[in-house]
Amino acid sequence: MTSTPLLRVDGLTKTFRMYHLDSMLHAFEGVSFDLHEGEFLLLRGHNGAGKSTLLRTIWRSYLPVGGHVWYRSNHGEIDLANAADVDIALLRREEIGFVTQFLNARPRVAAQDIVAEPLLLAGTSQAEALDQARHWLDQFGVRPELWRAYPSTFSGGEQQKVNLARALILPQKLLLLDEPTASLDVGARAALVRRLSDLKGQGVAIIGVFHHPGDVAQLITREINLNTRVVADQSEEEENVAL
Amino acid sequence: MSLSSLTKPWSATSYGFLDASAKRELRRKMLKAIAVPGCQMPYASREVPMARGWGTGGLQVTLTLVNPTSVVKVIDQGADDGVNAASIRRFISRVSGAGETWDTLAASIVQSRHRVPEEVMREDQILVLQVPNPEPLRGVEPNISIARQMHADADYGKLWLTLYEQIVRKGRIMQGAGYPSMVNGRHVMTPSPIPRWDVPKLNMAKHLTFLSAGREKRLFAVPPFTRVEPLVFSDRPYQVEHHADLTCRRSGVSGYFMNELPVDGGGSAFEVSDSNLGIKAIQQAEGAPVEIGKTWYRNGEFSA
Amino acid sequence: MSLDMSPAALTRAEPRLMRAEPLLTMRDISKTYGDVRALRHVDATVYPGEVMGIVGESGSGKSTLLRMMNLEDTPDHGDYTLRLPNRDDGNLFDLTRYERRMLCARHIGIVYQNPHLGLLMKHSSSGNVAERLLIAGERSFEVLRAKAREALDASEFPLSRMDARPIELSGGMQQRVQLAKAIALEPALLLLDEPTTGLDVSVQALVLDTLKRLQRDRKITMVLVSHDLGVIRTMADRVMVMRHGEVVEQGLADQVFQDPQHPYTQQLVHAKL
Repeated sequence: MTSTPLLRVDGLTKTFRMYHLDSMLHAFEGVSFDLHEGEFLLLRGHNGAGKSTLLRTIWRSYLPVGGHVWYRSNHGEIDLANAADVDIALLRREEIGFVTQFLNARPRVAAQDIVAEPLLLAGTSQAEALDQARHWLDQFGVRPELWRAYPSTFSGGEQQKVNLARALILPQKLLLLDEPTASLDVGARAALVRRLSDLKGQGVAIIGVFHHPGDVAQLITREINLNTRVVADQSEEEENVAL
Repeated sequence: MSLSSLTKPWSATSYGFLDASAKRELRRKMLKAIAVPGCQMPYASREVPMARGWGTGGLQVTLTLVNPTSVVKVIDQGADDGVNAASIRRFISRVSGAGETWDTLAASIVQSRHRVPEEVMREDQILVLQVPNPEPLRGVEPNISIARQMHADADYGKLWLTLYEQIVRKGRIMQGAGYPSMVNGRHVMTPSPIPRWDVPKLNMAKHLTFLSAGREKRLFAVPPFTRVEPLVFSDRPYQVEHHADLTCRRSGVSGYFMNELPVDGGGSAFEVSDSNLGIKAIQQAEGAPVEIGKTWYRNGEFSA
Repeated sequence: MSLDMSPAALTRAEPRLMRAEPLLTMRDISKTYGDVRALRHVDATVYPGEVMGIVGESGSGKSTLLRMMNLEDTPDHGDYTLRLPNRDDGNLFDLTRYERRMLCARHIGIVYQNPHLGLLMKHSSSGNVAERLLIAGERSFEVLRAKAREALDASEFPLSRMDARPIELSGGMQQRVQLAKAIALEPALLLLDEPTTGLDVSVQALVLDTLKRLQRDRKITMVLVSHDLGVIRTMADRVMVMRHGEVVEQGLADQVFQDPQHPYTQQLVHAKL
């Protein structure tokens, strides 16, 4: 390994303290791994192993109780585990994306506006943002007649397509995927894999949790099994040329 | 030395009716009012032999100003011969020895209800206006304490808002008498219920104006050569009543503020509101050697 | 683990990447009303362009804090600074009443839960907006009208009713008039005190959507007080949880709702779900 990693997770530990039950729930403990640009890391483990929790702890919607998450941002290196809220908010706006299976649809906002919003926030012009939004809605197989409709009325599958188009429209540096393929049809799944592959090729580092890792098998650089916390490096040789 | 040598002989009232301490207080408040143009000064309004609301504020100021060489003119809606005007004029004269007149040019003090004379007043004349309601903010802020604070902050947005509302609702500014006006760029005053026609006469006037409300116990002043600017929007000019083309049916003068009198069978007739101006015009027409002074309005146009 | 990982320590973490200075900084605000300690050593920091949510039950001090931000009240103790372009006012609580008023009129907008507090009910809606502009010295009728129209439009108020009196309008529309009034002068800070409480759920969603859109398009910094966690969750970037006049927890909105640290916050979040 010649370069410094984009992300270095070092002894990350998450425990939930539930006051009403007067108990502690240990999600995971002492997780460590490095992630470089252009790498795709798959989190494995059975239900409750803490896959999603790890993603959310890196994303900081969960507060870690121990360890570090060193991240090399465009603004400088920072420990996500100890960073101020506003720094996290800044990175979320500019560099780190999080894709869940749920669309945070707001009433009375059209699909294309929801998708275009990250671009608008990043300063893209209205026309350009809408153009791109329509492009990605099309790529993910949302029919043009739905572009102006309100996603809150869509089926789960269609909502998820809108969600993905929105989440992946901005090229991030680090992408966290929490079962994004759930409830997707075959076409959309293929579009997702294409987009992820593009992003990966552009040097985006990706950490993902998948129900069916087979969907993205050809993208996977490495895996971590949270049951055993062993980093399996079997596919490292073939994909590590991204830098 | 005896007590009688130290005191004045007994009399029914002090000179000018008010006692010396009342006049001293009024004088101080009047000086203050001059010092802060347009700012309302509270004073302890005294009892005078007249009901509150009938000009007691104006009367107290006049009684404070008056001396035996003064010549007093009192008008009520422009007329010298109204019962109230005549009674006040005679009363002032009786308690002070001042002269009485109907002629604006001859007067040193003009006490008035609701009008400013049409003839231009001079540096050596004082106008005393009787004010029923001195607070321009009364309509927008019933709480007096808050209104005082608004004056202190020069916070007059709500007055403009009232005008805005009038334009929105009626298409034009409906404010008639007592048009709120900014004095010396600082305090907004209500210039007593004089018509809009008269407000420009106070702007940069040569004479001193006192405005006094006896019932409300406040007085304020417009010193000579002080700006008095009606509140207007920059794109909605101030307009006076459309009296420029009216002619007085008795004196024949035109281009002055008129009283409108209904006539039998509908319609209106007009008489000049400044009655002494009308009288002088009639006398002039009859060949009498009377002088009509320069007027603020000429041919219906304000031109002072 | 030698590092202090308590939520308090995270709150204390200094921003390192964020280049912008905070717009609003409050330090050690305490206020007592009689025997009631309404605020105890409250700190608050709000960055430009973000939405800070303040949650807490009735009497938690959240509205008192908002009133302080609007300079309607001064604390017994504490500092308050706003970073406004080309001015340095120091501690705003040290300003005279007049300076405070003018500062608020020009730079801070507020929307109250009760429209009677924020609006002149018997003046026209456009007039209510125009009043703000009049305080700032605008004296052209046409400009007032145009700017009022623009602010009402941005608040998604139907312009055909711009001269209707608020008293003739529905609750949702009244809030839009308040909002138009608040944003008419493009304030640096928009304070929202339970802006949708008391509205029908559907109307509430529409008003929140308008706020969201304004925030996105105009990058207005907002402080939103609500006891409704749903409202805070949709609107806020960061959240302060208040109880008995103290801030018990603050953090990113999704973190506070998904992984609350303080027993009280857990109770609050669980009670909602």
